[in-house]
Amino acid sequence: MAFDPDASKEAGRRPVLEVRDLVVRRGGREVLSIPSFGVGAQETVAVVGPNGAGKSTLLLALALLVGPQEGSVLLKGQKVTPRLALHLRRRIGLVLAAPMLLDTTVRRNVASGLRFRGIRGRQADVRVDEWLDRLGVLALRNRSARELSSGEAQRVSLARAFVLEPEVLLLDEPFASVDAAARSQLIDDTGRLLRESPRATVLVTHDLDEAGRLGTRMAVIIDGKLRQDDVPEMVFSEPCDEDVAAFVGVQTRIPGRITSIDDGLAVVEVGEGRIEAISTFGIGQQVMCCLRPEDVTLRLSGQVSQPTPTTSARNRLSGVITRIVGKGPFVRVSVDCGAKVVADVTKASASEMGLREGDLVEATFKATAVHLIGLKP
Amino acid sequence: MDELIQITLLSLGVSGIATAISLLIGLPLGTVLALSVFRSRGLVLSVVNTGMALPPVVAGLAIALLLWRSGPLGDLNMIYTPSAIILAEVVIATPVILGLSAAGIGQLDPRLQVQLQGLGASRMQTVFWLWREARLSLLAALMAGFGSVISEVGAAMMVGGNISGQTRVLTTAMVLDVGRGNFGSAIQLAGILLALAFLVNGILTWAQQSGKRH
Repeated sequence: MAFDPDASKEAGRRPVLEVRDLVVRRGGREVLSIPSFGVGAQETVAVVGPNGAGKSTLLLALALLVGPQEGSVLLKGQKVTPRLALHLRRRIGLVLAAPMLLDTTVRRNVASGLRFRGIRGRQADVRVDEWLDRLGVLALRNRSARELSSGEAQRVSLARAFVLEPEVLLLDEPFASVDAAARSQLIDDTGRLLRESPRATVLVTHDLDEAGRLGTRMAVIIDGKLRQDDVPEMVFSEPCDEDVAAFVGVQTRIPGRITSIDDGLAVVEVGEGRIEAISTFGIGQQVMCCLRPEDVTLRLSGQVSQPTPTTSARNRLSGVITRIVGKGPFVRVSVDCGAKVVADVTKASASEMGLREGDLVEATFKATAVHLIGLKP
Repeated sequence: MDELIQITLLSLGVSGIATAISLLIGLPLGTVLALSVFRSRGLVLSVVNTGMALPPVVAGLAIALLLWRSGPLGDLNMIYTPSAIILAEVVIATPVILGLSAAGIGQLDPRLQVQLQGLGASRMQTVFWLWREARLSLLAALMAGFGSVISEVGAAMMVGGNISGQTRVLTTAMVLDVGRGNFGSAIQLAGILLALAFLVNGILTWAQQSGKRH
């Protein structure tokens, strides 16, 4: 369990909303088991994980809408009981993946949460208009919610939660329903609002890009367990186990054994080759060498006449290209070097080099780009 | 002519009151049925659906047995009164309203309930907004309920007795007229009945359609 107490201490002091020893079962099967998780006053925790990992269940538990079979949910240290649930729930705002707008005007939609709390009239109108404006949909205020585009609808849904100025904001895949063209702008706008009026926020998403852009912390949930909870940079560069590594896009994962260490630089024997990496492990440790595709450089090794260029990259593995897949502005190249090494190459480089499946290439990468995960022997 | 007005008003009153009582019983139960998860839910649903198809004469028979002078509720002296017809019609209309409102609310996206509660709605506030979202189906349920009782004849005859000036309603009066060969009068009653059904459903349809525009 790589729960890093420093990360939450740094960002959030005491958590505003937290769960302790949470267990949620469905049909006798344990779908979520979280010993400890919380969100601090001004931080945005991005909860990421594959589909069905239990992210949304965690969010519903935090929203006090799913009663856990075991454990407790605490809001500002106050334990949630069924009697208190409504009272405490009114300090939380929830946004779901689908906008779930009511069949009435935009304005009345945004006012609905305030009405639940008995806030009406001018006081409510002013707040509603302010948040419609901050989300850029004030002009739509008298329109029917049924006439909105996906992006507009989700902006209204966000305004409806933001207008409550809740102590905790819970967002469940809030950008998933928005079409691609409007999504990036909405993510930026949401990020700006969260920075302008910071509040404890939990963002559930399967999209690492969203998580990286909005999250001040990132919690990875896989198979109902909290695997890693850290700042996003650390999760991306130093995933704590192989599943997390695979989820955060570490494409190259080569098992091996540390055979020597010199001044913090370890040599890992992997099959027939060797990889140098920065390590805190000792000699003999079984490790997984993790490498992000953007950290790998490819060079055609067909031209023997060309001298090997001198670079600071410590690692060089030769192999045959097995697969080339287009990924937007770059191509993802899989190279069989005994183990599979994956590199992202810009389209321009790939065409200049004339990369084709079957070509013999050399993959180079720095020792500092390699992250080692300790394996149990 | 006076008798005609009296019969018309009685029909409208009896059916209206029966529909209103059925709504008060059927809507809350239908809501509970739609929103709660329990083991015998399927069984309850099929009982309700059977109730929707209950032949009115069977309902009439049951109420007649109950209210008969020597029956369990015979002491109430309700048999052959408008109240007896209302009671029978409640038995007929309640399953209709219950079943259709459960279906209407059940059709709503279950995430809507989650969203409302996530915005801080209490249980009553949640139910109110769910009804509002399902208002088209609920009005349809109301129309079906009213339609099932305004046109009903067997039960009204059995428990009302078609007593002139007391329990004679449009449908039972028509049966009597046709039996006597008074087709002119029967056609007149039929016209009133149709106009009444058209009027009430017209008002409800108008409410339904104007609700749609929101």
